[in-house]
Amino acid sequence: MPKQNESSKDAVLNFLMNNAVIILLVAASIAVGIMRPTFFSVYNAKNLISNTAVRFIIALGVSGCLISKGTDLSAGRAVGLAACLAATFLQRADYTGKVYPNIGDINIAVVLLGIIVVITIFGVFNGIIIAYLKVPPFITTLGTQTIIYGICLVFTGAQPIGGLRADYTDIASGSIFGVTYLPYLGLIAAICGFIMWFTYNKTSHGKYMYAIGGNESAAEVSGINTKATKIIIYATAGLLYGIAGFLLGAKAGGTSVNAGFGYELEAIAGCTIGGVSTNGGVGRISGILVGVLVFELLKIAMVFMGVEPSYTYIVQGLVIVTAVAIDMRKYAAKK
Amino acid sequence: MSEFILELRGISKSFPGVKALDDVSLKLRPGTVHALMGENGAGKSTLMKCLFGVYNMDKGEVVYNGEAVKIANPFDALRRGIAMVHQELQPILERSIAENIFCGRYPAILPGIVNHAKMNSDTKEVLERVGLAHDPECKLSQLSVSQMQLVEIAKAISVGAKIVIMDEPTSSLTMGEVEKLFSIIRKLRSEGVAIIYISHKMDEILRISDEVSIMRDGRHIGTHPAEELTTDMIITKMVGRQMANLYPKKSNVPGDIVLEVTNYTSINPRSFRNVSFALRRGEILGVSGLVGAQRTELMEGIFGLRGTLSGTITYQGRTFKCSRPKDAISHQLALLTEDRRQTGIFGVLSVADNVAVASLNQYKMFMGLMLDFKRINELVHSNIQKLSIKTPSPQTLIQSLSGGNQQKVIVSRWLANDPDVFIMDEPTRGIDVGAKYEIYTIIADLAASGKSIIMISSEMQELIGMADRIMVMCDGRVTGFVEGSDMNEEKIMELATRFESGMGGLDAKAE
Repeated sequence: MPKQNESSKDAVLNFLMNNAVIILLVAASIAVGIMRPTFFSVYNAKNLISNTAVRFIIALGVSGCLISKGTDLSAGRAVGLAACLAATFLQRADYTGKVYPNIGDINIAVVLLGIIVVITIFGVFNGIIIAYLKVPPFITTLGTQTIIYGICLVFTGAQPIGGLRADYTDIASGSIFGVTYLPYLGLIAAICGFIMWFTYNKTSHGKYMYAIGGNESAAEVSGINTKATKIIIYATAGLLYGIAGFLLGAKAGGTSVNAGFGYELEAIAGCTIGGVSTNGGVGRISGILVGVLVFELLKIAMVFMGVEPSYTYIVQGLVIVTAVAIDMRKYAAKK
Repeated sequence: MSEFILELRGISKSFPGVKALDDVSLKLRPGTVHALMGENGAGKSTLMKCLFGVYNMDKGEVVYNGEAVKIANPFDALRRGIAMVHQELQPILERSIAENIFCGRYPAILPGIVNHAKMNSDTKEVLERVGLAHDPECKLSQLSVSQMQLVEIAKAISVGAKIVIMDEPTSSLTMGEVEKLFSIIRKLRSEGVAIIYISHKMDEILRISDEVSIMRDGRHIGTHPAEELTTDMIITKMVGRQMANLYPKKSNVPGDIVLEVTNYTSINPRSFRNVSFALRRGEILGVSGLVGAQRTELMEGIFGLRGTLSGTITYQGRTFKCSRPKDAISHQLALLTEDRRQTGIFGVLSVADNVAVASLNQYKMFMGLMLDFKRINELVHSNIQKLSIKTPSPQTLIQSLSGGNQQKVIVSRWLANDPDVFIMDEPTRGIDVGAKYEIYTIIADLAASGKSIIMISSEMQELIGMADRIMVMCDGRVTGFVEGSDMNEEKIMELATRFESGMGGLDAKAE
C-alpha cells in the first residue's frame, strides 16, 4: 500500500507545515527550560502572561486593519498617549512632582473611560480619512502616528510621569484570588480576545471586514457599506489601544513620551506570524495570540539564555522573516 | 522570396474547457491590408496573440519570410519586425511619450545609460509620421485615448515593423481620427508593410482592406479579395451555423412592466447615453452589442456603480435615484458582474461566507448583536442543493471551485436577497459547456418563477436561445430591439454595427 503510506506521510508533513510556528515555539521553550530550569517558574509564567497581555490587545486592534487590507502605524503612539494620560490623572495625592497638583483623586473607571473615548476618536479620524478621502491606510496612519506623538509631547512637556496610585498599579501587579499565574492582565486580555473573537466570527460586521479584505469591489457590489465598516474597524482599534495604554502605564509604574514606541511594528509582526495575511481577508484570533506569544516567549527565553539585549533585535528580526516565510510556503504549496 | 511574408499553418490552441483555435491557416502578402473578421470569441485575438508570442500555440507553425520561426514572446516578435497595436492599450501613463515608445530598447550611450537626446529626436521623427505634434517628453497621461493609440502605432513604426497587427484600432477614435489613421495605414502599405486589421466595422473593412479572412468558432472560414465582398456576405459567413438544441425549454410568460429605465445617460460622454427600455415580469431581456458598446457600463450605471448625468429608474411605479449598489439592492435589483474574479467572488473566503455575505441583515438576532448561524447554515445548504453547487463542503474556499460553480455561488448569493430583477453580465463567460447548460436552466427557472432577467452576452447564439427580446447597443446607444422572427444574427449584427455617421458632435465634445 505505497499510496496510503504516501498520503499519511503527506498528512504528517502538512500538519507540521501548518503548525510549524507552534511546534518550534514549544520545542524552543522545552530546550530553554531544560538548560535553565527556572524558566518554568510561576513567577516567569506571570511575567510572560503580563507582557503578552498588553501586546495581544494591541495586536487585536491592528489585526482588524490588516484583515481589511489596511494597516495601522499609529498604534504604538496611541498606546503611548493613553499611558501618559492615565499616569497623569492617576498620580498619588501626596506625590511631589504631580502634574496637576490641584485635582483630587479621580475615580479610576472614569479615567479609563475618558482615555478610551480620546483614543477612539483618533481611530475614527483614521477611519474617516481612509474611507472617505481614500488616502492609503499606510500614509494616513503614518500621519496620525506623528500627530499623536506631537500631542503627547505637548501634553507631557516631555517630562516622565511617576508616583502612580496603588489602586492603579495594582491592576498590573495583582492576581485573581492572589494566584500568581492568574494575573488580572491575563484576564483582561482574555476578555478582549473573546469579545474580538465574537466580533470577527459571529457578527455581520466581522463578516463584512473579511469581505472587504477579500475583495473590496465585490463587497461594494454586494451592497456592503464599506465606508462605515472601515470606520468601525479603525475606531475599534483605537478603543483597544486605549485599554492597552492604560494597562501599560500601570504595568510600567510610570511613563514617558517614549511609551509604546515601535509597538505597532511588533503588533503587525505578531499578527503576520500568527497567519494574518497582509493581502487581506485572512486571520484568526487564535493565530494572533500564538504570534504575539512567540515574540514574547522569544524575548524572555533570550533573557534567560543570557543573550545580550542588543543581539535580541537581530534574532527577533530573523524570526519575523522566517516565520512568515514558512507561512507563505503553506499557501504556495496549495497552488 | 515567396509571395507571402507570413504564413500561419494549422494553428490550434486550447484553453481549459474551450478550443479557441482549431487548425487555422492564414497567408499574408507584403504591402497589403488583410482584414480579420469574426464574432466576439471567434478566435481573432487569440490567433494574433499566438502570432505575437503572448500565447504558446498547441500546434501549428509560423513561416515568416519563407522561414519557419518560433516566436517566444512579444519582445521576440518585435525584434523580428512584428508589431501589435492592442485593443486595450497598456500605456505607462506617468512616463513620457519617448519612454513609452522605446520602453525595453532604450538607445544607450554606454551600456545601462540611456541616450535621451537620441531617444527624443527619434521619437519626434516617428510622431511626425503619424501626425502627432507633441513634445516627446510630454507625459502619456496628458494624451487622449486616440492620441495614445497613435503613440502605439508610432511605436510599431519605430521598430521598423514588416507586419503590424491592429486589433480594433478605431474603437476609440472619432471619424476624423479614423481618416488620419487610414492615411497612415495607406502610407505604411505603400512602403511594403503588411497590416493585419481586426475590426467589426464593415464599412471600414471594405474601404481599407485588400483581403478579408473570416473566422468562426476558432476556425478559418475563408479568405476573399475585399472587392468581391459585401457587408451582407461577410455577416452571413461570420454567423452561418446551425442552431443546436443547446438551451432548456422555456415556460416563462412575460407579464406587466416591472422596471423602466428612461433616458439613462452616463457622466462620461463616450459611454452610454439616452438609453430607455422597459422590462416585464418574468421576461428575459437579452442585451447584445460589440465590444465597446457600453453594455456593462450601462448595467453598472443602473446598479449605482457608475455616475450618471441624467435619467430615471422606475421600479413598480416608484421612481428612484440609484447612486450606490445599496439603493439598487433595496429596490430588489441584483447584479451578477462581468468579471467574476474582480468584482464577484471573495476568493479567500468560504463558499458559505460567499453565499451569505449580501443578506446578513436578514439573519441578525439578539437585537442585531450576533448572527443566527443556524439559519445561515440552512440557507447555505438549501442553496447548495437547489443550484447543485459542487463543493466538498460549505467551508471550502470558493477559489478552489470551478468557474461554473463559482458562478452558481454568486447567483445563490443574490437569490438569498430574493430580488425581482436579475442583471446578469456575461453569466456564462469562462464556463465549460456542461455548466453553461446548468446556468441556462437556472435562468429559465428564475424567469418561470416570475423574476425578470436582463442578460448581457457577447455570444449571440446564447441570447437568441435564451431571450424573449433582445436590446442591441452600439457605441453607447440603443440601436434597436428585436423579437420573434427578427431575432437572428444578421439582424442583430446589423443593429450592433449601426455606428453614428457624422460623428462631428462627438468630435467637438472630445476636443
